[in-house]
Amino acid sequence: MPDQLIFAMEVTANGLLNGVMYALVALGFVLIFKASGIFNYAQGVMALFAAMTLVGIQEGRVPFAHLINAIFGTHVHHFGFDPNAALFWPFAIVSFLAALVIPITALLTKRVSILGFLGLEAITGGLFLFVWLVPAAPAILLTVLIMIAFAYLVQRFVFKHLVGQEPIILFMATIGLAYFLEGVSDLMWGSEIRNLDVGLPQGVNDWIDVTTFEALGYGLFIDNLDIAAAIIAAILVMSLIAYSQYTKNGRAMRAVADDHQAALSVGISLNYVWILVWSLAGIVALVAGVMWGSKSGVQFSLSLIALKALPVLMLGGFTSIPGAIVGGLIIGVGEALFEFAIGPMIGGATENWFAYVLALVFLVFRPQGLFGEKIIERV
Amino acid sequence: MKKLTMLALTSAMVAGTPAMADLVFPSLSYRTGPYAAGGIPFADGYADYMTLLNQRDGGIGGVETRVVECETAYNTERGVECYESTRGEGALVYQPLSTGITYQLIPRTTADGIPLHTMGYGRTSAANGNVFSHTFNYPANYWDAASVIVNQLLEENDGSLEGQTIALLYHNSAYGREPIRTLQTLAEQEGFTLTEIAVDHPGQEQGNQWLQIRRERPDYVVMWGWGVMNQVAIQEAVNTRYPMENFIGNWWSGADHDVESAGADAAGYRSLNMNRLGDMPVFADIQEHVIDAGLAAGDGSNLGNVLYTRGMYAAFLAAEAAALAQEMSGESEITPAHMRDAMEALVIDAATMEAAGMPGIGPEFAVSCEDHGGTGMAIMQQWDGENWVTLTEFIAPDDSVTQPLVEEDSAQYAEENGIEPQCTTG
Repeated sequence: MPDQLIFAMEVTANGLLNGVMYALVALGFVLIFKASGIFNYAQGVMALFAAMTLVGIQEGRVPFAHLINAIFGTHVHHFGFDPNAALFWPFAIVSFLAALVIPITALLTKRVSILGFLGLEAITGGLFLFVWLVPAAPAILLTVLIMIAFAYLVQRFVFKHLVGQEPIILFMATIGLAYFLEGVSDLMWGSEIRNLDVGLPQGVNDWIDVTTFEALGYGLFIDNLDIAAAIIAAILVMSLIAYSQYTKNGRAMRAVADDHQAALSVGISLNYVWILVWSLAGIVALVAGVMWGSKSGVQFSLSLIALKALPVLMLGGFTSIPGAIVGGLIIGVGEALFEFAIGPMIGGATENWFAYVLALVFLVFRPQGLFGEKIIERV
Repeated sequence: MKKLTMLALTSAMVAGTPAMADLVFPSLSYRTGPYAAGGIPFADGYADYMTLLNQRDGGIGGVETRVVECETAYNTERGVECYESTRGEGALVYQPLSTGITYQLIPRTTADGIPLHTMGYGRTSAANGNVFSHTFNYPANYWDAASVIVNQLLEENDGSLEGQTIALLYHNSAYGREPIRTLQTLAEQEGFTLTEIAVDHPGQEQGNQWLQIRRERPDYVVMWGWGVMNQVAIQEAVNTRYPMENFIGNWWSGADHDVESAGADAAGYRSLNMNRLGDMPVFADIQEHVIDAGLAAGDGSNLGNVLYTRGMYAAFLAAEAAALAQEMSGESEITPAHMRDAMEALVIDAATMEAAGMPGIGPEFAVSCEDHGGTGMAIMQQWDGENWVTLTEFIAPDDSVTQPLVEEDSAQYAEENGIEPQCTTG
């Protein structure tokens, strides 16, 4: 087999796997757009926020540490035993005393609500008394809970007040949300690069390398992380489809996506469904953040991965999950083959702009995207 | 009405009056955005050294220093806005830490008479002081860096790179494209083949570039990266099993955070550095007078790392020039014009560095009206899997290659902008 053909095969395979990574980001956009008609500009920043939060929890970092230190003159940065930290001992003693006094008070006064405060206090005190490094699984679970809380807050404080507004207003709100969340991420976890390790394999797949070398005389390079991402993306998509097809909540989501008014008339709560959808988009953002973060470290540039999702959405349509997958694959392979064949002749680094050119070509022939619903507006 | 007018006028006068009580050093920093990981330690090092001078020595020549930070997010437009908003504060010298911002500030600072120090970045041909009267890029520039890398490779290959292939993996920006011309000249001269491989901003995706490197197996890969591009490239090199010893970054591709994510797998990766690393007495002073006193710009965790040390070194060079300006002018409260003249007469020798508690941090050099670029020397360091280890002494570039390029480029700039030579010779 000619060398160029083998190389093209390698580029195509890697392009397909890259496309899966793009599709992962695009999925979050599709979920929200389909259910609420909102183009969520903040999806990329949500991926950054989710990944930062996951690493922060894993490493036991104190959220808003810079802010706390600036205001109170402390030097807190990690939860855990650090007797040298300013105010450690006063804090530990107060925590310990409070942990003794509060439950007694709660029992004596029979005010159970205080127990909630007690739990919070005991956790806070405990965090300072023990070294805290959270394994990947519980850290992911905690991050999911935070993303659900984020979805609730977004719905409660932003979109609940914008029901019935023009799509452009909703889009502008997501732009504001993106910049707000970007600032909060920075303030909460800092701007440094964090290493993310959730146990995903990385590096060349030896089996493929050896097998193809024996068969073709050239070992093809496939990254284990890309294979893992493809498997996780497949599981995620199947779970989403199963959820929307076979659960009550999923059917409610589909009903809202089809017709808001009709869904409302049969008693489906729009508020609840939108929180659900934003939560799912948050979980998808976490998966995308983990995959991209494992590759390049968790840092600000993760928020820019949303830019790679736009051509995928233009191509696959804003309302179709299969569209996001197929669009991602076409963009991934298209840009990789173009860079391989034409890139060297025109100075290289063609991936960013060529993805948009490819999407524009598709748009000319199919404005609603490959799988999008045709929009018919009657005057 | 009259009272209101008077009040408005007084307020305007107060606001417009520069605070002459301090020596103002603006720091166009980036603590946010895609390049924050590099911007933070540099800005911390710069600010902490100035704070140290205030706390330990009572400032420079009895006048306190004041660092005015302005956030650019490594964005050229915001950098220019920062310049416009801070220059009225009595700014003595600008340090923008961005090649893009530097290109925009060169004409502005020249017109305003404020010196610009672009240490190891910016417009390389600004080393020609005859044309660039207010821009200084000592102690080294990009073309020096390219030449130093090739000189080191020549040393390792018995003086010949004939028939070898070097791939330049570069950030597709004004910064990343800077060394191409020098490397092309050197390729012609030394007989190696140069392959140019561009990576688009921010550099998060390099799969195709590394597939190309894996296919073509160049003898060496030289990297001109910044920000996330560095970590991704180093990780991709590990993934594709490229020999790390043959992968060499410039001085903006050799920070701690660049290699820490790949960790031990990246052992062997090399990079240039324009300043020496290791324990220096000045760090103990910063710990005592700045960090322990709660006056640090950051959380103190960056003390002594590659980019913190470089920021501190930049502040040291600015402070030495300010002290010289006070000496030359006989005034303690100096102006940007005094500062410029002092930067042009600056001599950094071993005794100066030793006295500042940073012995041998950089090469010895002397600036002159014609030469704003210093010696161009740099060391090579290597990541051993846990720490950066200094591999070489300061290596000199090949001036016979870089100087004609500097002359040619600056002559073109002078012609385009109608600039007369500022130095009178003979």
